[in-house]
Amino acid sequence: MIAMESRTLPAPEPNPETKSYWDAAQEGKLLVRICTACGRAHHYPRALCPFCFSDRTEWKTASGNGTIYSFSVMQRAPVPYTIAYVTLDEGPTMMSNIVDCDFDTIRIGMKVKATFKPTESTARLPMFTPA
Amino acid sequence: MTIKGKAYIAGAFEHPTRKAPDKSVAQLHAECAKGALEDAGLTKDDVDGYFCAGDAPGMGPLSMADYMNLRLRHVDSTDTGGSSYLLHVAHAAEAIALGKCSVALITLAGRPRSEGVATGTAPRPGNPAQPDIQFEYPYGPTIVNMYAMCAMRHMHQYGTTSEQLAWIKVAASHHAQYNPNAMLRDVVTVKEVLDSPIVASPLHRLDCCVISDGGGALVVVAPEVMKSLDRPRVKLLGAGEAPKGQLGGDVDLTFSGARWSGPRAFAEAGVKPADIQYASIYDSFTITVLMQIEDLGFCEKGQGGRFVADGNLISGTGRLPFNTDGGGLCNNHPANRGGMTKVIEAVRQLRGEAHPAVQVKNCALALAHGTGGSLGTRHGSATLILERE
Repeated sequence: MIAMESRTLPAPEPNPETKSYWDAAQEGKLLVRICTACGRAHHYPRALCPFCFSDRTEWKTASGNGTIYSFSVMQRAPVPYTIAYVTLDEGPTMMSNIVDCDFDTIRIGMKVKATFKPTESTARLPMFTPA
Repeated sequence: MTIKGKAYIAGAFEHPTRKAPDKSVAQLHAECAKGALEDAGLTKDDVDGYFCAGDAPGMGPLSMADYMNLRLRHVDSTDTGGSSYLLHVAHAAEAIALGKCSVALITLAGRPRSEGVATGTAPRPGNPAQPDIQFEYPYGPTIVNMYAMCAMRHMHQYGTTSEQLAWIKVAASHHAQYNPNAMLRDVVTVKEVLDSPIVASPLHRLDCCVISDGGGALVVVAPEVMKSLDRPRVKLLGAGEAPKGQLGGDVDLTFSGARWSGPRAFAEAGVKPADIQYASIYDSFTITVLMQIEDLGFCEKGQGGRFVADGNLISGTGRLPFNTDGGGLCNNHPANRGGMTKVIEAVRQLRGEAHPAVQVKNCALALAHGTGGSLGTRHGSATLILERE
């Protein structure tokens, strides 16, 4: 199954804690939040590290490369789409969509790379396509 | 301090309606409250503690307490989705043990069917201040595709099959045929489940629970109140609760919070999974049941598919009779929150009041477990262990 490109994506609603993430996505860059105290990256990004609770967290540009952890093709939708959890090479696993491919070929463990899709606003959403 | 033996479930009532366009949500809550109090042999004026969750209209417990004109000294509106009502039983027992109340009323009701809510298949925008929303909602998470990702990963990691998941629906349907109020009373086969259309791969339509109006209520009382009532004594032996989320990005969809809430409940009760004669297991989807059965320790992790196959959950023939009312998969999932009905059917079993065709013989020890929210993102887990005294 190959998706039509007619699905309208809702825009994210950034807040002061997350604005940089969405600004970067608009420029085609995927950010992850890294804790300089414990060294671990997390997702979704927070000011306080969810592992060690340090407030010494900062943005890092991710490679955009990852692996599909799980996925599901939402068949019962006006335009079918594939939701997924993608484990980034930097460590954390993020919710996203797998796009620009035949949904029947998607598998857990597949290597994917980031691509940025327009939404109903000027924001762009990080999504993934087979690498 | 323990709640073991400190509280009893004296009243339980499941509203018979499955479609209630002619009733208000508040009315349904109150009708359930009335039913449970009459079941216990108590009146509204005996109630001094009230518990409800997000399905109750108004601010926390305030509007429903006012609608029913209750005089209260303890309230709690902890909301962990469909698991809330199991938490409420535990929290009521804690309050009773501390002397904060002696007759606790818990209500649930809603009308998603009449209101035409696309419960499982439409993404919900939620409150933008909820920290996860902006990183999830734009991608189209629905109730079904979130649980579907759990199933997909479980299949990948443990070799679980759609046929094995289908057996869970088959078992529920065997039980539902005896429940005159059940929405789906036809016994289905594995093939019929597999032939039903895919909603979100790998879950079929018949892997999903029903959408129904209705509700239920429970009355939890102190031991001295129970002694004055002419009802079978259903004692709370142990309880456990645990929220689980995405673990900072270390997402693991193969287990639920039952891995943590279950052992807490078993430890407090002083019993083992093998001792349980009947289990109410939250069944929003077939995969929900399978994961919880593993996490509660009824079988090894990854062996849930083999455990549920071949009718092992069917009362009378299987090793673990479950959801003998037909569960959320076939009977009722009022307000899209299945925890209340899980407790109610466990109470029926312990009282010997389940349908004779599905009643577990001499049922003295039962478990009820709930999951609320979404297994695919963040959820509450609550486990209760109940004994007939």
